[in-house]
Amino acid sequence: MASKSRIHAARWAMAALLALISGTAAALEWYMPVGVTRLTQEVYTLHNYVMILVIVIFVGVFAAMFYSVFAHRKSKGHKAAQFHENTTVEVIWTVVPFIILIFVAWPATKSLVAMRDTSNPDITIKATGYQWKWGYDYIKGDGEGISFLSVLATPREQIEGTAEKGEHYLLEVDNPLVVPVGKKVRILTTAADVIHSWGVPAFGVKQDAIPGFIRDTWFRAEKTGTYRGQCVELCGKDHGFMPIVVQVLGQEEYAQWTADQKKKAAAAADDPNKVWTMDDMKARGQKVYESNCVACHQANGKGAPPAFPPLDGSKIANGPKEAHIDIVLNGKANTSMAAFGKQLSDTEIAAVVTYERNAWGNHTGTLVQPADVKARRK
Amino acid sequence: MSAVLDTHGHGDHEHGDHDHHGHGPTGLMRWITTTNHKDIGTMYLWFSFIMFLVGGVMALVIRAELFQPGLQLVQPEFFNQMTTMHGLIMVFGAIMPAFVGFANWLIPMQIGAPDMAFARMNNWSFWILPFAGALLVLSFFTPGGAPGVGWTLYAPLTIQMGMGMDLTIFAVHLLGMSSIMGSINIVTTILNMRAPGMTLMRMPLFCWTWLITGYLLIATMPVLAGAVTMTLTDRHFGTSFFNAAGGGDPVLYQHIFWFFGHPEVYIIALPAFGVISQVIPAFSRKPLFGYASMVYATSAIAILSFIVWAHHMYVTGLPIGTQLFFMYATILIAVPTGVKVFNWVATMWQGSLTFETPMLFALGFLFLFTLGGFSGLVLALAPVDIQLQETYYVVAHFHYVMVAGALFSAFSGVYFWLPKWTGKMYDETLGKWHFWLSMIFFNMIFFVQHFLGLAGMPRRIPDYNLMFETWNKISSIGAFGFGLTQLLLLYIVLKTIRSGEKAPQMPWEGADSLEWTHLPTPAPHHSFETPPVLK
Repeated sequence: MASKSRIHAARWAMAALLALISGTAAALEWYMPVGVTRLTQEVYTLHNYVMILVIVIFVGVFAAMFYSVFAHRKSKGHKAAQFHENTTVEVIWTVVPFIILIFVAWPATKSLVAMRDTSNPDITIKATGYQWKWGYDYIKGDGEGISFLSVLATPREQIEGTAEKGEHYLLEVDNPLVVPVGKKVRILTTAADVIHSWGVPAFGVKQDAIPGFIRDTWFRAEKTGTYRGQCVELCGKDHGFMPIVVQVLGQEEYAQWTADQKKKAAAAADDPNKVWTMDDMKARGQKVYESNCVACHQANGKGAPPAFPPLDGSKIANGPKEAHIDIVLNGKANTSMAAFGKQLSDTEIAAVVTYERNAWGNHTGTLVQPADVKARRK
Repeated sequence: MSAVLDTHGHGDHEHGDHDHHGHGPTGLMRWITTTNHKDIGTMYLWFSFIMFLVGGVMALVIRAELFQPGLQLVQPEFFNQMTTMHGLIMVFGAIMPAFVGFANWLIPMQIGAPDMAFARMNNWSFWILPFAGALLVLSFFTPGGAPGVGWTLYAPLTIQMGMGMDLTIFAVHLLGMSSIMGSINIVTTILNMRAPGMTLMRMPLFCWTWLITGYLLIATMPVLAGAVTMTLTDRHFGTSFFNAAGGGDPVLYQHIFWFFGHPEVYIIALPAFGVISQVIPAFSRKPLFGYASMVYATSAIAILSFIVWAHHMYVTGLPIGTQLFFMYATILIAVPTGVKVFNWVATMWQGSLTFETPMLFALGFLFLFTLGGFSGLVLALAPVDIQLQETYYVVAHFHYVMVAGALFSAFSGVYFWLPKWTGKMYDETLGKWHFWLSMIFFNMIFFVQHFLGLAGMPRRIPDYNLMFETWNKISSIGAFGFGLTQLLLLYIVLKTIRSGEKAPQMPWEGADSLEWTHLPTPAPHHSFETPPVLK
């Protein structure tokens, strides 16, 4: 393809130019990714075009300045001229940049119009930002009805430096977003608490997720593979720890994946009327706690006061169970304590409340059943 | 220009040292009660330097944590507090007061006035600042610490913060009051107190840039005060300006903030342009090229700065028509900015150049500010910005404009006017060291951050993937070098005051504004008790 070879030629030209400046090995990440969508490639080309233009102007202007610095020195006996205006020159250097800018604005306008055209998607997925994870709901198209949370998978030990860091350190999740190759995927973004931002550089996509509002963006990945991004809007404590991973699968693999997901969902669905034993509930609760609560309240239940209060010995965890269920369901206004009512099932909430009331120094002995949680939902 | 000395009789009573004036309180009371524009200017400059060191230490905490992947020194909450306070303190505590300090010292002298128009208000507008600075620092000691929301204070994250957020809001109110009073004073002084014959179009460009900056401040600081007050009432009084559940909109905050925030960029940059427009002609021994077009370009930039704010918000999901409008308006700013750069280069062209420290910093400014302007043009293009928004590319861009732009220009001004202020010469060799070390370390910190941004590293994160490690290491080493280098400036200034050689009457042969041509060195305590005679 002609456009592809142009991109490659531009890439090499840029690499040569910038390698001169940086003087670094090619192995280092130092430049914009070419990406795997047509739009990223357009952005990439536009960026190269502007960079070359900018470098040429920069070199021109500063060649004049440095010529002056070397030639028009007092130490060389240069006498100062006394001119201080020249209307012709001043008009030229106002009008010429203006014309150059039109040539920059034109391709930028074209790309932007294409980027914002989210019409006729094959698949629509809602991405919800939570403090600090992403939730995905497949709303329309193949895979409709699939819904899951996507949480950082990097172990705590790697972050704290007691274990060796892996290749995808901080850019790995338990459940990546899965999409088919070559299909137009529309992403709706929103958030549950504060503003987050959903983006994947390889797709040329970045869209703020704003609580209470729905925004959209789209991409059509042209190559299978795994692509990684991060939340890019400061969203509190663990802003740096809520990556976005997208797996692009071939058509058949994608169909297989959606079928698997639906089977799994059916198998994993908890019977809300089941009556649990204390040990089963605690074990389940510990899992829920580890994926939802541990970032703030810590594994030892001591929290990080005052922003993140301890649960070990807390009034709520040792008081009436209704108040405890309520705060997990509805969150606490004006704090980072999220409302988990919509994220977790009755069984999961019952489990985590049971766990919190019977872990560490808390020995209330209360066993909360899914039915108790259901009764507190309004 | 003539270099005629005219001290207008008052010079007879001077003892060559303006610190010992014949009347008024002495010691600490002198500084608390002073209404003298030079004393107040001095206090502004020292305050700004102290805040510069405080904000600098915070930057070093950030860079130390980012030296390698993993969490080593600080926890993420504290890291966020550092990024927030570093930004607020540098913008409102260091850079802005530094240029108000220059304005106080120089504007009355440059227009032939005895003092500022509202001398007592001038005292007040300074003395508000230490309290505002104290509130910011105090917020670290409240439950929950300082706010960890970024200097932009975006809602609704601000709603989750502790009491430190309220202290920060009040600090912003106070800083705004100080700025408004300061700018009313400056505008009034320039419009009403020029010596006979000092027409507007004969004023030194520094006064022009401050006149326009004054208007920008008066127009935008109340808007910022509004934004933080709405945050305050959302936090405590049940309003929902920025809360969708109550009919508000979090993005509204961003519109209000950036309606202040973009002119703010020029509030910082214009006085810097002013300083450079004094320094380059002086060391080129040639009048400023295109004086009139400089004035028009400055005005054009100021007007355009009000209609470009949403280029900070390309990824919030604005309608495409809005995005296009803000993209075109932003690109347009390149035209007057380009005119300024061309004019400065044309001023040097065919001059008789020397390269003392003020000129070196001015050239450093010109070179790096232009680079920052170009990365600004790249970011102005919405499709490219969508890749680069909220990455280190943005961080690199605005530090080229704020540090290599505004700060280098302030350094240039300090070296340029230090002989006039103190009557003594600074150590030229040490000054050159300060320039070259600053230049090298600055680029070490920030040039590589362009690469980080292009490769996709988000800003405001305390930890990162291994692929970003090398650039972060280089950047962190540069940061510590840059920080230490600034202690050299402190040493140079103190050395000048204590044991500098006596400055000649005209340390710079090309300088031609009134403070050089019509006042002795050092400048007397009161500038012009009778207006100078201008031909």
